[in-house]
Amino acid sequence: MAQFTLPKNSQIHEGKAWPAPEGAKRLQEFRVYRWNPDDGANPRIDTYQVDRDDCGPMVLDALLWIKNRIDSTLVFRRSCREGICGSCAMNIEGQNALACTMGIDECKAHASGKKHPAVRIYPLPHMPVLKDLVPDLTTFFAQHASIEPWLQTETPSPETEWKQTPEDRARLDGLYECILCACCTTSCPSYWWNGDRFLGPAALLQAYRWLIDSRDEGTGERLDGLHDPFRLYRCHTIMNCANTCPKNLNPAKAIAEIKKMMIAREV
Amino acid sequence: MAPTARPTVAQPLSPHLQIYRWTWTMAMSVFHRITGTALYGGSALVAIWLVALASGPAAYGWVAWFFGSILGRLVLFAYTWILMHHMLGGLRHFLWDFGLGLDRERRMWLSRGTLIGSVALTVIIWALALTLR
Repeated sequence: MAQFTLPKNSQIHEGKAWPAPEGAKRLQEFRVYRWNPDDGANPRIDTYQVDRDDCGPMVLDALLWIKNRIDSTLVFRRSCREGICGSCAMNIEGQNALACTMGIDECKAHASGKKHPAVRIYPLPHMPVLKDLVPDLTTFFAQHASIEPWLQTETPSPETEWKQTPEDRARLDGLYECILCACCTTSCPSYWWNGDRFLGPAALLQAYRWLIDSRDEGTGERLDGLHDPFRLYRCHTIMNCANTCPKNLNPAKAIAEIKKMMIAREV
Repeated sequence: MAPTARPTVAQPLSPHLQIYRWTWTMAMSVFHRITGTALYGGSALVAIWLVALASGPAAYGWVAWFFGSILGRLVLFAYTWILMHHMLGGLRHFLWDFGLGLDRERRMWLSRGTLIGSVALTVIIWALALTLR
């Protein structure tokens, strides 16, 4: 049975309100989830004031600004700062996104006219937290590995490359761009309640990427592996995955296509 | 990936329902579940009506009186909406299972359409029922 509330050790308390930088004219408030494994306390929300005139336009710029200027203990993952590594995935203003490609004004846009002036930042939802905004993605990557994300062939390797027509190659568009940031999987309520058995949108999009690859010869075995009430069929087309994907991909559609392949091979 | 040392403290679970911004598709999925469950109650109403019909005029008279009362009509009105909403939701899922209407614009309009359509159908059914009786 799904547990809709947070366990006791995960309930969030109000944290520290850091003072605004002196002389700043254009301030933006950030409310950021903090948890430190070393102090034994519950998670808390710290409040920071960022000087917009001294800071870049993206949420990642603001987090780095906070880390450099206010609180060096703030922990988050980041690397490429251009939406290709998938490290800085987090929950920004209620939706999962990459902090590096989410503009501060953009994430506030939906809240225009509402009471909350702050940008609220949490780790990816319903994940074990390692520290602050860093979730434990061990299961997520294990699930990706379980769909065997590599080309599987039985026929002898050709002298040159495995060739593919431009049309067959085009079928991988909208799939190969996935950067495994986990925004989709951790946005999925079905994954929240059954994340131990349901593979989740990211792993399933990857599964479909190999299923429709014209060079891959493991289609039957791949479908066998997914034919399970939980692994594939816990998808209830809630479509938070497609709504949230920072690369604008559509895992829900990929999953629907896998379900169609399942039926097609049985009729 | 290199194995990491397991933390000694119980890791907290990051917040989910508490903080996630509602989307139309998510809300309509929840509505579909709730209306689907509520339909068990609706089926019970139909069964009560049929049992009363089979039991004779006295029992039927009582049930007809209840369904005709203000409270009874409110219950039937709610049942109508729940039935319409679940039906349209089912049709929406039917389209999605064919891989249709999954792009951003269409999935949003199919979700909104479920709510708008179910309210419209309910009003039409009741307007017809009240004028034609």
